Amino acid sequence: MSTPGATGLILEEGLLFEQSVPGRIGFSLPAPDVPETDPKTKLSKNILRQKEAALPEISEVDSVRHFVRLSQQNYCKDAGLFPLGSCTMKYNPKTTEAAARISGFANSHPLASPEAMQGNLKLIYELQNYLAEISGMDFVTPWPAAGSHGELTGMLMIRAYHTAKGNPRKKVIIPDSAHGTNPASAAICQYDVVTLPSNKDGILTADAVKAVMDDNVAALMVTNPNTLGIFEENIQEICEIVHKKGGLVYCDGANLNALLGIVKLGEAGIDVLHFNLHKTFSTPHGGGGPGAGPVGVKKKLEPFLPTPLIIKENGTFKVERERPQSIGRVKAYFGNFGMLVRAYAYIREFGPQGLRHISEMAVLNSNYIRKGLEGAYHLPYSKPSLHECVFSDKFQKEKEIKTLDISKRLMDYGFHPFTIYFPLIVHGAMMIEPTESEPKASLDQFIEAMQKIAKECEENPELVKKAPHNTFRSRLDEVKAARELKLRWTV
Amino acid sequence: MEFPDDLKYTKEHEWVRVKGDTATMGVSDYAQEQLGDIVYLELPEEGEEIEKGEPFGVVESVKAVSDIYGALTGKVVEINDPLTDNPETINEDCYEEGWLIRVKIANPKEMEDLMDAAQYQAYIKEETA
Amino acid sequence: MRYIPHTNEEIQAMLKSQGKRSIDELFQSIPDSLIQNEPLKLPAAMDEMTLLHHMESLAGENHTLSRSRSCLGGGVYRHYIPSAVGDLIRRSEFLTPYTPYQPEIAQGTLQVMFEFQTMVAEMYGMEVANASLYDGSTALAEAVLMARRIGKNRKTVLIPLAIHPEYRQVVQTILQGFGDHLVETPYAANGGIDRGSLNDYLNEDLAACIIPYPNFFGIVEETRDIIEKVHAAGGLVIFCVQEPLSLGLFESPGAYGADIVCGEGQSLGLSPSFGGPFVGLFASKNEFVRQMPGRLCGMTTDSKGRRGFVLTLSTREQHIRREKATSNICTNQALCATQMTIYLSLLGKQGFKKLAELNWQKAEYAKQKLAAVPGVRLTHPESATFNEFVLTLPRPADTVLSELRKSGFDGGIPLERWYRSLHHCLLVNVTELNSKEDIDALAVELKGALQS
Repeated sequence: MSTPGATGLILEEGLLFEQSVPGRIGFSLPAPDVPETDPKTKLSKNILRQKEAALPEISEVDSVRHFVRLSQQNYCKDAGLFPLGSCTMKYNPKTTEAAARISGFANSHPLASPEAMQGNLKLIYELQNYLAEISGMDFVTPWPAAGSHGELTGMLMIRAYHTAKGNPRKKVIIPDSAHGTNPASAAICQYDVVTLPSNKDGILTADAVKAVMDDNVAALMVTNPNTLGIFEENIQEICEIVHKKGGLVYCDGANLNALLGIVKLGEAGIDVLHFNLHKTFSTPHGGGGPGAGPVGVKKKLEPFLPTPLIIKENGTFKVERERPQSIGRVKAYFGNFGMLVRAYAYIREFGPQGLRHISEMAVLNSNYIRKGLEGAYHLPYSKPSLHECVFSDKFQKEKEIKTLDISKRLMDYGFHPFTIYFPLIVHGAMMIEPTESEPKASLDQFIEAMQKIAKECEENPELVKKAPHNTFRSRLDEVKAARELKLRWTV
Repeated sequence: MEFPDDLKYTKEHEWVRVKGDTATMGVSDYAQEQLGDIVYLELPEEGEEIEKGEPFGVVESVKAVSDIYGALTGKVVEINDPLTDNPETINEDCYEEGWLIRVKIANPKEMEDLMDAAQYQAYIKEETA
Repeated sequence: MRYIPHTNEEIQAMLKSQGKRSIDELFQSIPDSLIQNEPLKLPAAMDEMTLLHHMESLAGENHTLSRSRSCLGGGVYRHYIPSAVGDLIRRSEFLTPYTPYQPEIAQGTLQVMFEFQTMVAEMYGMEVANASLYDGSTALAEAVLMARRIGKNRKTVLIPLAIHPEYRQVVQTILQGFGDHLVETPYAANGGIDRGSLNDYLNEDLAACIIPYPNFFGIVEETRDIIEKVHAAGGLVIFCVQEPLSLGLFESPGAYGADIVCGEGQSLGLSPSFGGPFVGLFASKNEFVRQMPGRLCGMTTDSKGRRGFVLTLSTREQHIRREKATSNICTNQALCATQMTIYLSLLGKQGFKKLAELNWQKAEYAKQKLAAVPGVRLTHPESATFNEFVLTLPRPADTVLSELRKSGFDGGIPLERWYRSLHHCLLVNVTELNSKEDIDALAVELKGALQS
């Protein structure tokens, strides 16, 4: 067996602006059929544009070549394994793409009258119900545009809940292994963050939560399974402790791909949970978005759901734009609707058994990799993990090789690296999430590549330290980028 | 790593050089090494009051950011102006050219809480163990 | 299952290599009381053919009218999208990677980001732009948060009622934890900002004044007087652009002296898609770059001296600065930003100007035609507009709209939905997609609807 490797022809491509030739155009402008009034005759010079925007002047051929060439400089999931931990880089079905491009969806206008948009409203309404069933929550709002936007929405609801009870409270407890978005979202809601250490097994204990839990804590934010891929087994007891003091429990659903049809987090006592449709429900990652981050809540938080709400009345769907206790709107229009269409189609294609199969295979794949790399790389936490596993560079450090070097070397073998240096509680973390999409053969190749790299670290450390060697670009100078900030092209 | 004997140190990895009623502060060799290549520095204005144990500035590398904490309470009388344009000087020479601010000491008693070089080295050892 | 490759034999082999006998054993770390024994109560699985048929019939329950006979705008604009855009954006290499954390194998995404940042900065006339936020409404909320960070103790933010009402609602939602310092300022009879209403707030507490450009009534207003006063008071000026194509014709916010400019990018190559996914645009003066939210791509070189691109100034972001980050945003709208970049590369410098002029000409023609219908008048006849304007009808706008729908026209948006006093007012948008023929026909139908 051999790994995919990395060789081949990738073309150099300059910036659009460098290819600009005055007078060239790549757009077929429609012929005017109304009087061609000169704007200068009717508009004041004071508001007319004086200096034109220096957009490129190129032909359609130039443009197509440019973007095709640039695209070829990218590694992508459709090309192979993309084991970024916590990002759930699974295969994105072509059918769900086709569904989102159906004209009736793609060309529907959000400010059209609701009577004319019954199909969209029905789809959203049903998706809300599916997500509620999957998570064991009572209601779902589909509007947030990404996971962190969902966190913000969820925390605003928590704040509104406490405020309605007379005191918004002051603090939010967040484990040291959490995503950075958790504290950042809590901070926008004006909460002070209390960092909670995980124990030696990498999980939260009831005692640790008890020690910091008081009447001024609005919520505990957990991720389950956590960012080590380990299920927070004390979650029920922890939720009880938080509830007893009047607090709520927020769950970051980034890792839901481990639990579909297996655990309903709502049953564990979670009050608010966000979904990442671009992770679990496979809407494409698009080079960094768009995503969608619907939020599920328990009944007690229902009055605070963001507007609008979609209400079903006698078989027709209505849009309720105002509600007395709602936190208000979190985004204009109807969320990232195109992503909702894809997630809806994904759930419908899989069905209940299929969804469970996703999680089973995701966990099987991750554990297969974990087993395959044990011994070659240091496993800082030995507790069983689910959909992802986390190693560290402890063994390789003796040769002064770091996680960064190992990840760069992996590119030479034709793989996208795993998530590096996260979670922060593992020094030199390598966080690996293969997802269910990968066949055994590709996992075997990955394991083989990682084993070879471990050996190279022993025998030829310089080879690893200077990696990657076969890629379009070698290591880029990030210090220079930060010191000599060039954030745009200028003449 | 170097830790000059004539300096005092804090648990937040700043150094202090006291001359009369003025204290010069900077970040220690250990701190600059932990951060890596420093790309950005934020310092207080002259005339601002800083407090012992409270952040007065920020130092950033590409992947990390760290507050700089006051070693002693006092009024800022001078800042190392050229440093903000060339923060890499901190990596090159953290104890001389890479000093950050000079402060008029408000409470000399606070100096008792500072560590000498030997104590600081023992502290680092303990922290990294 | 076609997306999951495992055969039974492989599953057994993989389990065996881990010393496991069954799949259930993989989940032993989960307390028994939480394990689901019943299948999820969801509709049964579908094959591809049935699924697509089902999706088409759902979409068919929408009644989307012909693009030439729709006058719906209000922040979401129908423009022609060249075929090349759809073709390029569907490429796996753009669609299926993630955030370019590993620049050596993501130069495509990074260079597009750099080009996108340049285009946004150019359009807005600003020094620096980021790599996108979610949409116009959340970009405005981020702009306000940024202005308050820069303003330190300054707390008042002036937000005009004539800005997109849903943008205003989003700002209110996201800022609710910060106390009551959002001041809604009324609009004048000409639909622009009521100058007098600002005077009380031009003091040391003013963090920012927001200028919608164009505003929700389609009006493009010259506001140098306001900008001067806000700056004199030490506040920042935030421009919010809901229709960026207007900047092909109208002066750039940067040229007026804006400090922060934000807005929506949808009209530049993205379909309406019921309101998303779109792309939030965000730019500022250079001096504020460290206070910017969101990702930034910077130019650098690799170890062999070749030009390349990386994510930079990451220390502002949540994964490093956590609760002190400039924003909580992580995933942004990269693919939509790519789509806009492709569109603008085709439209180019000339096309941007000419298409903007054409939109304005069409709207001016429609204004004239529709305002000539007996009983109908332009609500703000003295104000300059781009491709959208408000009509005052002799009857409530929603009843007239239902009549127009019967004859196949989406005549516009009733403003009463957000402004109770404007229940006779209709917001009409006309772009290059609305033919003269259909504009003429709309005038005839409007006349008919008002007579019935």
